Amino acid sequence: MRLRGSSAPEPAGADPAHPIEAREGHTAGQPANGSGPILAAEGVTKAFGGLLAVNDINFAVPPRSIVSLIGPNGAGKTTFFNMLTGLYKPTLGRITLLGRDVTGQRPDRITCMGVARTFQNIRLFPTMTAVENVMVGQHSRTKAGLAGAIVRPPRVRREERAAREKARELLAFVGLQERVFDEVSINMSYGDQRRLEIARALASDPKVLLLDEPTAGMNPNESARLTDFMRRLRDERGLAILLIEHDMKVVMEVSENITVLDHGEKIAEGLPHEVRSDERVIEAYLGKRG
Amino acid sequence: MSALRELGRRRYANLAIAALVLGIAAVFPLLFDPISGTVGDAIKALAFVVMALGLNVVVGFAGLLDLGYVAFYAFGALTVGWFASDHFSSVNAEAGIHLGVSEFISSLPGIHLNWLLIVVAAVIVTGIAGMLIGLPTLRLRGDYIAIVTLAFGEIIGRFAANGDQVKIGEYAFSNGRQAISPTDPIKLPFFQEFDQAFNIRPYYYVALALCAITLFVNFRLRDSRLGRAWVAIREDEVAAASMGVPLVKTKLLAYGIGAALGGIAGAFLGAYLNSVNGGQFQFGFSIFILAMVILGGLGSIWGVVIGAVVVSVINYYVIPDLLDRVATDLDLGFTVSQISFGVFGFLLVVMMVLRPEGILPERRRKLELSGEAGSADDALVEVRA
Repeated sequence: MRLRGSSAPEPAGADPAHPIEAREGHTAGQPANGSGPILAAEGVTKAFGGLLAVNDINFAVPPRSIVSLIGPNGAGKTTFFNMLTGLYKPTLGRITLLGRDVTGQRPDRITCMGVARTFQNIRLFPTMTAVENVMVGQHSRTKAGLAGAIVRPPRVRREERAAREKARELLAFVGLQERVFDEVSINMSYGDQRRLEIARALASDPKVLLLDEPTAGMNPNESARLTDFMRRLRDERGLAILLIEHDMKVVMEVSENITVLDHGEKIAEGLPHEVRSDERVIEAYLGKRG
Repeated sequence: MSALRELGRRRYANLAIAALVLGIAAVFPLLFDPISGTVGDAIKALAFVVMALGLNVVVGFAGLLDLGYVAFYAFGALTVGWFASDHFSSVNAEAGIHLGVSEFISSLPGIHLNWLLIVVAAVIVTGIAGMLIGLPTLRLRGDYIAIVTLAFGEIIGRFAANGDQVKIGEYAFSNGRQAISPTDPIKLPFFQEFDQAFNIRPYYYVALALCAITLFVNFRLRDSRLGRAWVAIREDEVAAASMGVPLVKTKLLAYGIGAALGGIAGAFLGAYLNSVNGGQFQFGFSIFILAMVILGGLGSIWGVVIGAVVVSVINYYVIPDLLDRVATDLDLGFTVSQISFGVFGFLLVVMMVLRPEGILPERRRKLELSGEAGSADDALVEVRA
């Protein structure tokens, strides 16, 4: 494997499949027309030393949609996620959010601009209660600073009360029982922890929600409920959802568009039934026939 | 709703405890002679409570191990040395600069500012120093942070100890081991200048007031948006950043606040001890304060207060008055005072074995130490601060 220098995506929007109307930075708010992607990656590449974990990926998340990223273990899905959320800086390529270049921005800035995520292996704040976890999720939407914390003027009290109230609403929205609201998160059941992670992500009022294997460890019943829940998020809250998932039933049911990664490369992209019958996808998952 | 009510109860419980503790502390010096040595030790202990609570913000709340806390004591005390003595003896054509000081002091050369102004200056100086030391540690974690802060504490300590050689213009950084002395006594508005020769109780009450303010600040910070962000960073930096907590800013605030509180206590001690000796800012002092925080219970505000009092009692009473006598009786050939840091080290080890969460543990630490709340696997994720 080697870096293909030629694939550096200098001219934005060169790929006709991914029209990106606003190239440079300051078109805050919605893209010019409603059909442009909320979140887009162009030629995104990540190399760890000599290993190309993600290689020249073009990818777009349209507004109010559910799109999936699948692939065998080690295909580079989570690495790609980490670049979208700012945990990794892409070696090459460009990431735009609502047409604004956010490549290499700090994770907290990206969250503030409207991308929220959950983690493959749940990463809650273990000794915080459910409500407190969600309140941390609201960090970028609240303001109280050092002086506000010490003096605690009415403005800060109001903000604090509103944050607590919103946290409880979100917990109810993701389907948690009221009795666990003030429970410390490590004492919660696995399923509740997964729900709490989604509530915490929603707390930052995201435009795009990135879910990294949300159904891991769930039984079919719970997975089906989560599928419904994702649709509700899209339809009721107008969210775009990017999903990494191994449960093909969930993926095929809920996705409008699927991208398949293998060894860091995009090997297929399309509607669920197209991807399902794609030779290269079958090969990646099952090995070569014959 | 029951949770809300319980929260309310807890808040009043805290207020009641605070009122009781401060009330008892307020009566304490009246039981002794106005210039009693015990009250003198208690004054220092109160200053240590302020420092321990400051260090608790950095180590306990934000989880950043700081082994160089003595640096902020040094800066706070040096602020007194610079701005409340004849250190800058020839400023203003040897007439000196005076602001809000007594008539007698107004006749002295050098810069002499009112103590309250010096506290403000100390907060600014140490707050900036705290953030400066914070900057290089931001890319580091755990033990590595400790090493950098340790080095920083040593650098400042060495600078202060050899400050008579470090000249800025015609003035030395400090007087080294000769000490900048005398420093001005504290003078508060509406009060006479404090006079240690007759009565040290005013110093005690100033220290107690500093403790009360520091306690208030600690409680408010703990239960705030900022306090939650610190806990989040302590428990999972990657998740915290992904939830929108700016790591650099939040950590620097912890360093800055911890440093500022250390600086306030330093400014108090510099004035109370009447001199600023460059040799007193040793590494051992950082450990002395850290031992208070750990013995009391990392992150637990009342625990740290207890820890600071217990360690001070051991330092000023148990070791010199009890153990030294035993050592003399047994004819050991040395005094326990000479190995006092060994005693604290031993205490820390015993504590780690018997009760690692501290005397009065914080709820979260207890959970963390119970092993259930193990930190997440960070190996694969590089957090870009």
